[in-house]
Amino acid sequence: MAGPALSEMDSDAAGLAVRLRAVSKTYDSGVTALGPLDLDVAKGDFVSLLGPSGCGKSTALRLIAGLGAPSAGTVSVPHRTNKADGRHPIGFVFQEPTLMPWASVRDNVCLPLKLAHAAPAEADRRIEEALAQVGLAEFARAYPRELSGGMKMRVSLARALVTDPDILLLDEPFAALDEITRFRLNNDLLALWRKLHKTVIFVTHSVFESVYLSQRVIVMTARPGRVRAEFRIATTEPRGEEFRTSADYAGYCRDVSNALAPSYSGQRSA
Amino acid sequence: MSSLQNIGRMLLPVVVLGAGLALWEFVVRVNDIQPYVLPSPTTVFQTLVSDWPVLSESLGVTLLTTLQGFIAAAVGGVALALVFNQSKWLEYSLFPYAVILQVTPVIAIAPLLLIYLPQQTAVIVCAWIVGFFPVLSNTTLGLNSVDRNLAGLFQLYGASRLQTLRYLKLPAALPYILGGLRIAGGLSLIGAVVAEIAAGTAGAGSGLAFRIAESGYRLNIPRMFAALLLLSVAGIVIYGLLALISHLVLRRWHESALGKEN
Repeated sequence: MAGPALSEMDSDAAGLAVRLRAVSKTYDSGVTALGPLDLDVAKGDFVSLLGPSGCGKSTALRLIAGLGAPSAGTVSVPHRTNKADGRHPIGFVFQEPTLMPWASVRDNVCLPLKLAHAAPAEADRRIEEALAQVGLAEFARAYPRELSGGMKMRVSLARALVTDPDILLLDEPFAALDEITRFRLNNDLLALWRKLHKTVIFVTHSVFESVYLSQRVIVMTARPGRVRAEFRIATTEPRGEEFRTSADYAGYCRDVSNALAPSYSGQRSA
Repeated sequence: MSSLQNIGRMLLPVVVLGAGLALWEFVVRVNDIQPYVLPSPTTVFQTLVSDWPVLSESLGVTLLTTLQGFIAAAVGGVALALVFNQSKWLEYSLFPYAVILQVTPVIAIAPLLLIYLPQQTAVIVCAWIVGFFPVLSNTTLGLNSVDRNLAGLFQLYGASRLQTLRYLKLPAALPYILGGLRIAGGLSLIGAVVAEIAAGTAGAGSGLAFRIAESGYRLNIPRMFAALLLLSVAGIVIYGLLALISHLVLRRWHESALGKEN
């Protein structure tokens, strides 16, 4: 499934999880959605891609996942193939929960393992662990329709975690949720990140969410998306609700908002 | 909806049926209309009972034909849709002919089929022709309406074509397939009847439609009505059975959720 411009890399040497070089994507319709974009993501980093709708940040995420090939440039990530024990280096969470309505929570989370022909005993153990990590251990037998929006998103997160990925790609995962649920999921995601030491690339159009969650915030331009500015959010860890109300947080949000404003300047009419 | 409205919905059609039958009976009796002009409902019912040995045998023949045609339509429709889904070129090549087969009235095709095929086979082929298209088009629609992100997920995890078909496309298409089957059931009966009528009394058949044609030539009007009644009941039962199966298969993820939390 790797396109000609994709390459696997020995990420250990560089300490990088993902490296994008002059990556651009032009669709068949002639619209250039992205780039050229350069991006290095260090292992274990939590990076947010922040930009207006349609700036190609989701496209960048899909390219990193190997869903489609770039029109130009190189995308370097660790080996993307399934491993024998059901591990897979990339976990993806979409904007929608993207669950199979005909399958129970357990079977939905099991999907990546089933596709990799993982041993049933090992699969059971991993599913239990993944569901416990997102706090849904008791809901294994429920069907997606029986769950709230936040719970469905948690199932989607568990499915991404079940392969014990190195990189977690999240495409505006909490955009459709109410604020309280979103805050809670933000905290849970941060706790998971601290515990599991995954590399996280998080796509969002919320300044506040990006500053709250990330080590690095990459502000992108309007389409075709390029890097406009980059912020390192240096604050005392672990973050919690105090950070959300601190002066530091407000300051970062103001800086990031100012950097983002020009990306919207061409969209006044929208 | 209130329970009163529910009862009304169940009861009113029955009341209308009773009133219609009563009126029919009344008109026939008061005007002393002969059974070969218009038989009364009681006469039709008596004929149904007295001719049951003949009619039940015909009913069995028609139902068997319908079942064979339906199974052929279901298997053929789903299989063809799967083939189309795997190969765009085959779909482009063959789909127009499936449409042509569908839009050409089966009553016009039946006489030709009867020339080239043994009658029993021709009848089944007619039932298949009218039944397979809804299955084909519905299954195709279902296979193509898979969630784009779910398909992306399968791609991400390196799913094979067979895995994608088995775990994603077929389950996603299931409600559409069942909808197609529900239509195909009734159409198979129509196809069987049309072919029997086309074969007419010249054929060696003994299905219900054949009985209707035969009774028509003999002016045995009550038996025509009785056979027609059986055909209607058969159609209703077929539809009901398929609807029930569809409900049972889908209820886990279409309806079961409503009772639980949230």
